[in-house]
Amino acid sequence: MTEITIFVLAVFVGFEVISKVPTTLHTPLMSQTNAIHGIVMLGGLIVLGYADDGLEYVIGTIAVAFGAINIVGGFMVTDRMLGMFSKRPKPAASSASHPGASGSEKGSDK
Amino acid sequence: MIQAVLQPGGSAATALYIVAFSLFIVGIKQGTHPTTAKRGNLVAAGGMAVAVVATLLLDGMGNWGLIFLGLGIGTAVGVIASIRVQMTEMPQMVALYNGVGGGAVALIAWSEIRHGISLGEDFPLDELIPVIFAGVVGSVSFWGSNIAFAKLQDLIPTRPLAAPGQQVINAVLLLAIVTICVILAVDHESPSQGLFILLLVLAAILGNLVVLPIGGADMPVVISLLNAFTGLSAAAAGFALDNVALIVAGTLVGSSGTILTMEMATAMNRSVANVLFAGFGGAPSGGGGGSGEEKPHVSIGAQDAAIKLAYADTVVIVPGYGLAVAQAQHAIKEVADELEARGVTVNYAIHPVAGRMPGHMNVLLAEADVAYENLKEMEEINPEMSRTDVAVVVGANDVTNPAAKNDPDSPIAGMPIIEVSEAQEVIVIKRSLSPGFAGIDNDLFYEPNTSMLFADAKAAASEIAAEIGNL
Repeated sequence: MTEITIFVLAVFVGFEVISKVPTTLHTPLMSQTNAIHGIVMLGGLIVLGYADDGLEYVIGTIAVAFGAINIVGGFMVTDRMLGMFSKRPKPAASSASHPGASGSEKGSDK
Repeated sequence: MIQAVLQPGGSAATALYIVAFSLFIVGIKQGTHPTTAKRGNLVAAGGMAVAVVATLLLDGMGNWGLIFLGLGIGTAVGVIASIRVQMTEMPQMVALYNGVGGGAVALIAWSEIRHGISLGEDFPLDELIPVIFAGVVGSVSFWGSNIAFAKLQDLIPTRPLAAPGQQVINAVLLLAIVTICVILAVDHESPSQGLFILLLVLAAILGNLVVLPIGGADMPVVISLLNAFTGLSAAAAGFALDNVALIVAGTLVGSSGTILTMEMATAMNRSVANVLFAGFGGAPSGGGGGSGEEKPHVSIGAQDAAIKLAYADTVVIVPGYGLAVAQAQHAIKEVADELEARGVTVNYAIHPVAGRMPGHMNVLLAEADVAYENLKEMEEINPEMSRTDVAVVVGANDVTNPAAKNDPDSPIAGMPIIEVSEAQEVIVIKRSLSPGFAGIDNDLFYEPNTSMLFADAKAAASEIAAEIGNL
């Protein structure tokens, strides 16, 4: 019963916490929540930690690896996306406006 | 069974779990504001680290070699993939990460069933039902996400693929899945592992069949929905394992993911059900160009475009996925810089679903150092359109199609669009007249104030920037 209570409360926390998000942040936020459901790796750890037959070893190890990809990849990718936004300290917009500056790697084919 | 072992030594773990999901909640909350989003992500990652450590400290854990093998492989793959992925490929990366999460859930559920059966005891229903749910949803999510990944990566065609009678097949599959669930639950004293595996396989087929008919344009909604599903299945696994952290974190993702999904669907003026069951856009698929009669359009070169832009007062750039594919964000920024140096006001109009995910275009433009203030959302820019001299559409298509407003019979009727045709002049940079993801012709291309610049977005933008510089 307590678990059901926790579940229902968590549903409402999830609804409340998310409600107003600027479109800009939808992808990063989706990616972050995606990383958080990597929590299933804990299930993999538990299953593997108490496994005692060959197939369970295999299943458990794959589950842990999958979960770890989900967690590590998810958080890192989110960090990269958000890093794009934070490197915005651009004191003088016009001073950086000669074309080579921003397009140094991409602009070579003009 | 397992959880009986866990409960006694669980109090320290429970305390750490409470810390962990507090951090998750704070992390998600901060993720909704631009200034705190980056910190929020780190906070949530910290919460995850705490939760992992807490789990490793549980009494009676063993098989450390395999645990660290799994952790090592997963971490290495995650790190390498995240470093190497291009910003344009983010949506499919998220789909892939979501898929492996779902796969982990399905595997855990299978393992739980095996474990329960091997103990030869009565399988309590309050564990069996979550296990079954986790298995089915995890499997659907795994395969659905993989198909979404394959579509976005162009490994399989993005256009809707549907067999005749698809809905009937899906319904039969669903019925079979429900039936097996019921049989397993009724027989909870000794559930059959074979039936459970069959269940996983049927769910896998269903995951494939549900996502295959959905067109590329709807993929963001699908990924977001699958993300929410994976969260819910993780919560179900938490019920089965009596693990509070899984329940809370999984549920948080399930509910927040549902909200995100609905917001995205709303932005496209479609219901989630419509996205899932109506795969639109099969209609005029005459590849390459005109499916009907060749309609008249105006074609210009980079120099003409440069002149139109250089002598404008206000320019609005409307980027779309074509810009992302061509990696043209830096080149476009050069054009904007040249124009701003000449005193032209340049803004960017971001449709809620520009690119392949909401916010995707913002990420790409931020990568090219476009100032945040210049990125205007659709509602903000549309009233400005009639006062705009030149609107430049770069690799965007369906989100500018006036048919959404004017033609009630259009498949995209009612979808909010960037009203570029209100501008004095429109320049569309595009490789051909071919239709976009929705698979329908864009009336914008044939309007009298529209000029088409047929070129790769990046090459064209670089050329225009150079031409403006020469003026």
